[in-house]
Amino acid sequence: MTDILVYVPNSGKHAAEVLTLGRSLGDVSAIAFDDASAALAGEYGAVKVYRVDAPGADDYFVDPKATVLIDLARSAAPGFFLLPSTDEGKALAARVAVALENGLLTDVSGLEADGTATQDAFAGGTIVKSKATKGFTLATVKAGSTEPAPAPGSPTVEAVAASVAEADQRVRITERVDEPAGDRPGLAEAGVVVSGGRGVGSAEDFALIERMADALGGAVGASRAATDSGFYPHKFQVGQTGTTVSPQLYVAAGISGAIQHRAGMQTSRVIVAVNKDADAPIFGMADFGVVGDLFQVLPQALEEIEKRK
Amino acid sequence: MNIVVLVKQVPDSGLARQLDARLRVDRNGANNVMGELDEYAVEAALQLKEAHGGEVTVLTLGPGQATETVRKVLAMGADKAVHIEDEAVGGSDALTTSQILAAALGRLEWDLVIAGAESTDSGMGVMPHLLAARTGVPALTGARKIDTDGTTVTVEHQRTNGYDVLSASLPAIVSVWDTINTPRYPSLKGIMAAKRKPVETLTLADLGVTEAGPAAAGNEVLSAAERPARTAGQIVTDEGQGGVALAEFLAVEKFI
Repeated sequence: MTDILVYVPNSGKHAAEVLTLGRSLGDVSAIAFDDASAALAGEYGAVKVYRVDAPGADDYFVDPKATVLIDLARSAAPGFFLLPSTDEGKALAARVAVALENGLLTDVSGLEADGTATQDAFAGGTIVKSKATKGFTLATVKAGSTEPAPAPGSPTVEAVAASVAEADQRVRITERVDEPAGDRPGLAEAGVVVSGGRGVGSAEDFALIERMADALGGAVGASRAATDSGFYPHKFQVGQTGTTVSPQLYVAAGISGAIQHRAGMQTSRVIVAVNKDADAPIFGMADFGVVGDLFQVLPQALEEIEKRK
Repeated sequence: MNIVVLVKQVPDSGLARQLDARLRVDRNGANNVMGELDEYAVEAALQLKEAHGGEVTVLTLGPGQATETVRKVLAMGADKAVHIEDEAVGGSDALTTSQILAAALGRLEWDLVIAGAESTDSGMGVMPHLLAARTGVPALTGARKIDTDGTTVTVEHQRTNGYDVLSASLPAIVSVWDTINTPRYPSLKGIMAAKRKPVETLTLADLGVTEAGPAAAGNEVLSAAERPARTAGQIVTDEGQGGVALAEFLAVEKFI
């Protein structure tokens, strides 16, 4: 079996997806810096866990973990090294690529045993197949690409003791600030996303979008027009310069569907649109659309959803 | 404080984009623009220069037409430019690109490099960390705020549910998101002044880079296909029961 190295940053869904994808390719050896990540690796079928103990690593940005990953990649000589496609995963993959002069594939949505990777270019408009030609297949895997499937086992645990070298102490994390996210799932990982656009008209009226998201257990998104108008914070923007989402259900309310926005959500499984303008481009890609006033349609839909629960 | 700002000319994301017959980004279309996040990097650099003095140099890698992007940055207020232009660069991967940019950075005097968090075309978002690895300089990426006292740089690294405050000594590499500022428009005076600002053109030979293009790349693109266009499904017009119809669709699809 091919050896698959997987970096497991936490016990979240995205990490479980990468482990599941890795298992479809060969024997997974997971790299975990804490117990929760190591436990997830066991639950998702890793045969081996490198349980890294690196005191102080969390006080610094990227460098200490990168050094550990570079050393493990060098000694394990895997067929694949997979990381979640997050800011951290990409940063670590970049460091590994330079250190080992290895090819690098980012935002991969699928991988085959022969190393062929599928990527969505131009935010989903073009499907590209690529393959590493230098070293092993080093890839960051997009959230939502694989359905996580547990396969509990008892992996061999190898303890790895690492100290943080002075060279890796250059970028200090002096403060971590968590901003209230509420009970809603993260935008990139959510199974359902309900987004509002210019048609919502004001910050206050985004409450209706939030109610719809909560009724469906989803995350709230916004178009660039809505975030630029100050209706909703920037970090919820779906689209080219925001987050690319690929949920099971995407509900677009008051969004015309400019290419900027479509780029960020066109790989959603089911798309529903509500818009006043029957000619809005969003209807050209919607599985179900209602031409009408979102302030009439959504409250009525909410009432009906409540009845059916 | 001397700052190098990295910019890349990209095909306009507001229009149809494609790969060409060689499976490279088609840059021959008429509509090439500065990368969307690059403008925020330029603005951040100009604001730091206004506060601390020094020079802003724009560094770009691209075909001749990328001069338009360089001129725009000079018109916004950058002082000079370095444009790496060489046919052999076409088809290079991110690793080779980072080697070329690192070689160019090695020729310049700088305290800070600022880039957009990712490009609009390939969107990999790895260049600042590739450059950090090649230059041995710390990278503080994904900033929504940047501050410096001339010796150290502090940024707020944006996360989904909050931010981390990062701090490092200069020199350093920083990348920024569009939450950081509102980029300025070039003024007429700026546009006129840009015409007289120096632009140095460099080739790979000037930089001592001998291998580039597809042969030097760590990956090979095997194929590319347009994603099949989504076809419109059922569209109803609300005549009083639109919300009920919507809920019914969600129920049939088992979302409720």
